[in-house]
Amino acid sequence: MGWILVASAAVILFLQNYPLYIRSVPTENELKFHYMVHTSLDVVDEKISAMGKALVDQRELYLGLLYPTEDYKVYGYVTNSKVKFVMVVDSSNTALRDNEIRSMFRKLHNSYTDVMCNPFYNPGDRIQSRAFDGMVTSMMIQVC
Amino acid sequence: MEGLTLSDAEQKYYSDLFSYCDSESTKKVAAHGRVLELFRAAQLPSDVVHQIMELCGATRLGYFGRSQFYIALKLVAVAQSGFPLRVESINTVKDLPLPRFVASKNEQESRHAASYSSDSENQGSYSGVIPPPPGRGQVKKGSTSHDTVQPRTSADQQEPVSPVVSPQQSPPTSPHTWRKHSRHPSGGNSERPLAGPGPFWSPFGEAQSGSSAGDAVWSGHSPPPPQENWVSFADTPPTSTLLTMHPASVQDQTTVRTVASATTANEIRRQSSSYDDPWKITDEQRQYYVNQFKTIQPDLNGFIPGSAAKEFFTKSKLPILELSHIWELSDFDKDGALTLDEFCAAFHLVVARKNGYDLPEKLPESLMPKLIDLEDSADVGDQPGEVGYSGSPAEAPPSKSPSMPSLNQTWPELNQSSEDTAIVHPVPIRMTPSKIHMQEMELKRTGSDHTNPTSPLLVKTSDLSEETKINSSVKFASGNTVDGYSSSDSFTSDPEQIGNNVTRQRSHSGMSPDNTAPPPPPPRPQPSHSRSSSLDMNRTFSVTTGQQQAGVVAQPPAVPPRPQPSQAPGPVVHRPVDADGLITHTSTSPQQIPEQPNFADFSQFEVFAASNVNEEQDDEAEKHAEVLPVEKASDPASSLRVAKTDSKIEEKTAASAPANVSKGTTPLAPPPKPVRRRLKSEDELRPEVDEHTQKTGVLAAVLASQPSIPRSVGKDKKAIQASIRRNKETNTVLARLNSELQQQLKDVLEERISLEVQLEQLRPFSHL
Repeated sequence: MGWILVASAAVILFLQNYPLYIRSVPTENELKFHYMVHTSLDVVDEKISAMGKALVDQRELYLGLLYPTEDYKVYGYVTNSKVKFVMVVDSSNTALRDNEIRSMFRKLHNSYTDVMCNPFYNPGDRIQSRAFDGMVTSMMIQVC
Repeated sequence: MEGLTLSDAEQKYYSDLFSYCDSESTKKVAAHGRVLELFRAAQLPSDVVHQIMELCGATRLGYFGRSQFYIALKLVAVAQSGFPLRVESINTVKDLPLPRFVASKNEQESRHAASYSSDSENQGSYSGVIPPPPGRGQVKKGSTSHDTVQPRTSADQQEPVSPVVSPQQSPPTSPHTWRKHSRHPSGGNSERPLAGPGPFWSPFGEAQSGSSAGDAVWSGHSPPPPQENWVSFADTPPTSTLLTMHPASVQDQTTVRTVASATTANEIRRQSSSYDDPWKITDEQRQYYVNQFKTIQPDLNGFIPGSAAKEFFTKSKLPILELSHIWELSDFDKDGALTLDEFCAAFHLVVARKNGYDLPEKLPESLMPKLIDLEDSADVGDQPGEVGYSGSPAEAPPSKSPSMPSLNQTWPELNQSSEDTAIVHPVPIRMTPSKIHMQEMELKRTGSDHTNPTSPLLVKTSDLSEETKINSSVKFASGNTVDGYSSSDSFTSDPEQIGNNVTRQRSHSGMSPDNTAPPPPPPRPQPSHSRSSSLDMNRTFSVTTGQQQAGVVAQPPAVPPRPQPSQAPGPVVHRPVDADGLITHTSTSPQQIPEQPNFADFSQFEVFAASNVNEEQDDEAEKHAEVLPVEKASDPASSLRVAKTDSKIEEKTAASAPANVSKGTTPLAPPPKPVRRRLKSEDELRPEVDEHTQKTGVLAAVLASQPSIPRSVGKDKKAIQASIRRNKETNTVLARLNSELQQQLKDVLEERISLEVQLEQLRPFSHL
């Protein structure tokens, strides 16, 4: 289970509750984002277990807004292989609609599968793919 | 000093070295410093070095003039070759290999030597020496090469010291040396493209008339014989690369000139390597890569799985991160496997990296794999998106399947979409009629000619079949009824089942939007289809009750047994022809899967549906509407409507479908057999139908004939095959009919448009 945290600030990809990929913009609040993400991990787990049967439907992969706090919103997404993507965005970023979040998660998921396809990538390693980085950067630029 | 005759290669090489050592450009080299390093690098015992220096007169002069330097170098070569050092030996020893120098600087020299050498035989050994691209990251090494390059260039350009002699043997190549060199280059080259060496050498070549020989040498180098040792491999390809670059660049006068004109090494570096050139794979390299590919995967059209590629490239000893990046760049279709093109690109990148070239961020143009299929499939893939296909056939673009005809691109998508989740029926190649259908629908709307996907549509693709299964019909639903007709046109173009299926599908899909059929389940014309009734078709049929499609649904769908359609006929018939021209793809699909006895029903059904569709014709628009989710049922119906199909069972279904299907778009979902049927019926019907009425008549005929088709599908193959044939005929007839109707529709629309325009003109103030 990987985690990806994307925030107007951070993108963290977690696998089995340890991070596979972390990216945040701006970088100063990274620690804070880490904290948020870890707490949201619990929420995600909760949602997953609540789902019951296997999440096969694409729609179910998107967990939606996990919980809003005072100045940020956390969105979750989980893949069929229990890789969790967490996106933290500023609440001030009101322009972000649910559809956009969904599409962003979809792009993340696609990029993640591309990374997995790379035989040189061992699942569980930190993701160091430049293509993945580029995709995340473009996404975050778009967000913030 | 005795006269010194140098070969061209030697001349160049020595000039290079001299320039290298002559950092102050004073045309004479101090005895100490670089020259000493050079000589030391020659790996000769110091006393030999002293002897050489003495012989060449440097000790007398206290420095190395150019001639002394050259003599010294020649003596070094002599000494390295094992000949006794004598003054005479410089001229007497023929075919002396260029002096070899080890170490970074020497690398350069040896590279030069290599470049100068015109001996092609040494290619193998040559691998050891790779002419360092000028300014190849030499900086790191102390910019020796850089300096060398620079002065060399100028020096060369200034003067061919020695007469050009025929190419000499290539400089000794030592893999060992090469490896060292490769290390250096990697350290040194920052952005030096592989083309660097080439252009660099070219100036020298030009300086001397015999440069071509050098080129020959370069070109002569081919990838070293395959060795288990990856390093060797890496060496060779790069060497060859560089080597080949040389001749290539020389031949490419522009490049050479550019390089030559560069006054600074940097300039040379930059100019000599246009970004594309360095990444261009020469023939030798290509051949080498292909051979390597064969060792892993004998089939050149096959793939190398990721794991095998990983092992292979890991041997190159590049860091995993870089290999990972190389993989990302070269695996163009992201499928975890490498085709020949991808493998060559990856190998080339590895070679480049080993030579010190940085990896690009994006795959260079020249390394792009030519995946025509991919492109096509990509197009196809896009279309599904456009069309909104829900399903994605196995043959989806991701597979490197041959591209479908341009028009067909739509087809594949159609197929994809037509693949109804519910229907598993493996529809045979199916042209995604959906796409064409959609196009036709659009055309109709605009009054422009729709491109009848005639042959291209028919062309087929296995994807099509899948699509037929699904809801391509659904997609079409959004389309116009007209589309249904157009799809039938496509049918006409190619009576092949596939085409028919496709067209049917398309039309079906076109109709689907109008129909109540929900996207997911492909309209299955025959709910009662005996074929695995579990198929949604039955369900869809039930859903569409009330529509002809429902009846149609009953017929086809997944179950192959032809008789199915016959069953459906009843309900199908009922259906009012208002069914939109959903060409029951099912009818096509059955036809497409002739080999499956099960599908016999479908084809029949589809034929029936097609015939039904034909009957429907009265109203193009509505026909499309009803795409049955049931798929085939509606499709055949629609197709029937469009074309008078005399298909048997399918007609029946078609009859039902007509109500729903406008043009006989056959739902893709239903198994191919039914689709096929439809096509047949269409074909049969088509010729007869010119008018709506005619068509209806035909449809009726088809319908009539359909019942005659026994539901013997399961009975025996012969019956199935016969029904398949019948369906095919019907399908073609219907397709033709469809096209005719489409044409009529277009004409009518055009008239309408013109009339409207006139009206507007006459009533300028009335519009508000």
